[in-house]
Amino acid sequence: MLDTARTRNYINAEYGVMSWLLTRDHKRIALLYLGSITTFFALGGLFAVAIRLELLTPAGDLVQSETYNKLFTMHGVIMVFFFLIPSIPATLGNFLIPIMIGAKDLAFPKLNLLSWYIYMIGGTFTMWAVISGGVDTGWTFYTPYSSAVSNTHVVATALGVFITGFSSILTGLNFIVTIHRMRAPGMTWFRMPLFVWSHYATSLIMVLGTPVIAITVLLVFAERVLKLCIFDAACGGDPVLFQHLFWFYSHPAVYIMVLPGMGVISELVAAFSRKNVFGYSFVAFASLAIAVLGFLVWGHHMFVSSQSVYAGMIFSILSFMVGIPSAVKVFNWTATLYKGSISWEAPMLYAFGFIGLFTIGGLTGLFLATLGLDVHVHDTYFIVAHFHYIMVGGTIMAYLGGLHYWWPKITGRLYPEGWAKFAALVVFVGFNLTFFPQFIVGYLGMPRRYHAYPEEFQVLNVMSSAGASILGVGYLIPLVYFFWSMRYGPRSGANPWGAKGLEWDIASPPITENFVETPVVTEGAYAYTHGRMNVV
Amino acid sequence: MSSAQTGTSAAHAHHPAQAHHFDSLEQQQEASTLGMWVFLANEVMFFGGLLMAYLVYRTWHPDAFAAGSAHLDIPLGAINTAVLIFSSLTMALAVHAAQTSWRRGQIVFILLTIALGTTFLVIKGFEYADKFTHHLVPGPHFEWPDEKLRAPVQMFYSLYFALTGLHALHMVVGIGIMLWLLWMARRGRFSAQYYSPVEVSGLYWHFVDIVWIFLFPLLYLIGAHVRHV
Amino acid sequence: MSEHIVPTRVYYLVFLALMVGTAATVWVAYLDLGFANTAVAMGIAVTKATLVILYFMHVKYSSRLTWVVVASGFIWLGILFVLGLTDYLSRGWLPQPGVPRI
Repeated sequence: MLDTARTRNYINAEYGVMSWLLTRDHKRIALLYLGSITTFFALGGLFAVAIRLELLTPAGDLVQSETYNKLFTMHGVIMVFFFLIPSIPATLGNFLIPIMIGAKDLAFPKLNLLSWYIYMIGGTFTMWAVISGGVDTGWTFYTPYSSAVSNTHVVATALGVFITGFSSILTGLNFIVTIHRMRAPGMTWFRMPLFVWSHYATSLIMVLGTPVIAITVLLVFAERVLKLCIFDAACGGDPVLFQHLFWFYSHPAVYIMVLPGMGVISELVAAFSRKNVFGYSFVAFASLAIAVLGFLVWGHHMFVSSQSVYAGMIFSILSFMVGIPSAVKVFNWTATLYKGSISWEAPMLYAFGFIGLFTIGGLTGLFLATLGLDVHVHDTYFIVAHFHYIMVGGTIMAYLGGLHYWWPKITGRLYPEGWAKFAALVVFVGFNLTFFPQFIVGYLGMPRRYHAYPEEFQVLNVMSSAGASILGVGYLIPLVYFFWSMRYGPRSGANPWGAKGLEWDIASPPITENFVETPVVTEGAYAYTHGRMNVV
Repeated sequence: MSSAQTGTSAAHAHHPAQAHHFDSLEQQQEASTLGMWVFLANEVMFFGGLLMAYLVYRTWHPDAFAAGSAHLDIPLGAINTAVLIFSSLTMALAVHAAQTSWRRGQIVFILLTIALGTTFLVIKGFEYADKFTHHLVPGPHFEWPDEKLRAPVQMFYSLYFALTGLHALHMVVGIGIMLWLLWMARRGRFSAQYYSPVEVSGLYWHFVDIVWIFLFPLLYLIGAHVRHV
Repeated sequence: MSEHIVPTRVYYLVFLALMVGTAATVWVAYLDLGFANTAVAMGIAVTKATLVILYFMHVKYSSRLTWVVVASGFIWLGILFVLGLTDYLSRGWLPQPGVPRI
């Protein structure tokens, strides 16, 4: 039995702050990201607290409207660009992809470290903007308000987003080259875990989409600072052009946010049903389809922007189509459960949460793809609820599920299962109480981005704020016991779940080189036999 | 407990340039090349956003774009195009010299590439200075006699500066890379076994050339037949 | 990565072709071909770019993966242009009260 305290692993291989800040080990870089991302999540969460506090009462009585504009802008900017987009790829992706394909590291370890530093520099610019008064344009930076009118720190925030975009691009580049060129002998494409497939698809989006928002943000910067004329109608520009360029990236960006989560769910569903994922190749191709189709639908954010109705119709049809591969995945996960040997550990609870909540969020997406319906619910809380069901009910659930599942591998410690199950339930209840009422108020007409609202919406808003406080507690509990487990948690063996996968064949935590010998792969990703695997 | 074993089969000596996480130098070089190609696809989209803006506004204001383009010096632009194409030739020859372990050739051709790239930037500098003198830089000092066309012509120049400026920035970075390559070449680092950095830098340089191949007709040659008359 | 070493003769020939293409672009620009001016200019530019990609950048001798990456860049550019233009080119089709037709 491996006594992980005394054997060399990637955590105790070297000591000292510089050995972490100058590391090239993908596992250490993943932990660097984990720390930063958690910090940004907390910050974005604080802004959410402020928003929900204001919305407890119909009158705009907690903060002024200008301040409120800054609150939801900072919440959105931080959560989207500094939490959701990097979250799973930079932490779990960085840690697991080389191990899952039998490699010693990513293709470009120094570039990987550089990605983290670029992310931190971008974050610093945005933090500076927050501290010195914030931005009030909304995370969508629509022109001409952002480029010619707003007198808040648009440039600093935009620069922060621009810089962090390169972190995303380099991570995607690294993943693509790694998956193509660093697979171990016998690790064919169709033997790879679906987690890797979904990160490959995500990386395609990162590389092809992010540069467009980069140049767009640069143009806003130029319009503001150099007085170039691009998006301001007053000098002959077209504000809708900004929206085209912005959403060309920002719609695929939502797939950057959800695809890695889907990859996690594939792993969790297989592991906790002790079964191969049903229709493995369909799920793999669905990831690619989501990535490609996701680039064809951006106009559905612009149905009421004065975009041509004919373009709107084309985008509407394409938006219906992009839901199909996602539905295929949900069907296949469900089919995987059928006749599986299901167990209810915390990761599986999160997986079930994802499947249900993502489905609701996805179905409401069909409502929004419907041109006629969207005209009525655009810019209402219906939209807010829709994307929070996917981002929070989907991605964050998957992230938490993945963190729990791979926590023993990453830290060599077990988290307390009882508390974890409890926290998962608290999160689920808190989430639904927060966001389901928002579907209702949105449908009834409550607009988003307003700090005041008509009296008749108060009850539902109070429910939403109450739910948010429960959700906050649900997120705090794992924070506490994860930290606790790093020192006091029982040590884990190599394979506490009895799961299949190269990561479960190596020590917990792994050695720096991951494998003592390069593995030779002879079977598919989820080659479960009947009954439980031997827990090691 | 055994813990000292590392993953690499320590017995075989490998090329000093090979990093430890790769199984072979060939794998490393293939990874580098693929990495640069993926980066270039990303760069295509980076310029692509600007080109989309160009596409939209030129479709809306074809006359204004032609009028604005008339003030760009076609002979100078053509010379710059030739200079850049020539630099792509010298770059390709530099890669060839690395592939054939010809150190002196590497140095000569990289130097030529740097010289030609610098020439391009100097000519561009003269063009920019000329725009300043004639109040064609977008902003508070922009002047255009025809009041009706003023706004869209300013749009043309905004895109002119954005596109050529971004391109020039890429040229500067390219020259920086060339200087680094030159330093490495002088130390004899490149040979038939290991020439990946030269090849990969060449890919970047050729990409920047291709961007200009499109920018030249798009910016300089709009409505040239009209003003010639 | 291409193990294949391209003979320098090929490079010189491509260089010559690119120079001819540049001269042709400039010459054609002064002829009045109406709409075709832009089409011809773009056609020549695409040809020149293709030559650079195939020979200077060795894509002719590269793996299929490289071809796919190159193609993807241009296809994605195409998606941006084509779908974006569906808006701009069809804006005037539906008459709206109070909005002047462009």
